[in-house]
Amino acid sequence: MARYEIYVTYKQGIFDPPGATAERALKNLGYEGVEEVKIGKFIRMSADATEASVAEMCDKLLANPVIEDYRIEIVEGD
Amino acid sequence: MRFGVVIFPGSNCEQDVVHAAHHLGFEAEYVFHRETDLAGFDALVLPGGFSYGDYIRCGAVARFSPVMSEVIRFAEAGGPVMGICNGFQILAEAHMLPGALLRNDTLKFICRDTTLRVEKSTCQWLDTAPGTVLHIPINHNEGNFICDHVTLSRMEDNDQIVLRYCEPDGSRAEGGSAPNGALEDIAGVCNERGNVFGLMPHPERVVDPATGGTDGQAFFTSIVGTLAKVAG
Repeated sequence: MARYEIYVTYKQGIFDPPGATAERALKNLGYEGVEEVKIGKFIRMSADATEASVAEMCDKLLANPVIEDYRIEIVEGD
Repeated sequence: MRFGVVIFPGSNCEQDVVHAAHHLGFEAEYVFHRETDLAGFDALVLPGGFSYGDYIRCGAVARFSPVMSEVIRFAEAGGPVMGICNGFQILAEAHMLPGALLRNDTLKFICRDTTLRVEKSTCQWLDTAPGTVLHIPINHNEGNFICDHVTLSRMEDNDQIVLRYCEPDGSRAEGGSAPNGALEDIAGVCNERGNVFGLMPHPERVVDPATGGTDGQAFFTSIVGTLAKVAG
């Protein structure tokens, strides 16, 4: 059994409405140093599956390749 | 003429679509998401709603419903398929249509009437003259159409942009006329062949004059005309 952590984010150039709103809100709160906020998804998965198979899961279901990129990390130990 | 209206868990506009078809004198029947036999249907409609709770992404789970393999086969054989709202999102997730639907740029769920301009397209579902302005309501949280520039120019070259949000006079505002931030004010697109069509507005809600308009009738009657021509 392997443990995976998957980060799904919008591709470069795809407008991220929640990220843009968070960015504006932070600036309104006085955090003027904030330059770019991107909001994505974080998925934690335990699976009897290879990394290649997890990548296939991302391509099929967990991410939409038209608008999103993903990064898979393998979590070592407990 | 017999429409099949596909129901996924969480669809909620299927009755409106069936009512619209019946109002115009056409047959329409529900198709459950577990069905694998689409024999006897002339055209399919994927209605609006929140299939599978819109989890992961709108339409992402519905796309793998058993019925969808048959919907894809039906479309590949030239059968007409229209996706309305969530149905559009499902067709985009299934890559039967180009692009994707992001969250509205306002971050608000929008439910209101819109004005739409008919574009010159190859869409079999709409034979209304280009430039005509239609009044049809929208009702969505993720209708912000997006695609890359290569896809956009290919769609323009192939006349795949079917509907654009516009001002009441048919013009497009400089800052965009789309209430949801959609790229190029795009409200509806079709595939290259013109038989698969997706749109965010709800034409089925303006078919019976009792619900406030008749501008949605053209979407149902056009495809009937197209099929009659094919049958020749």
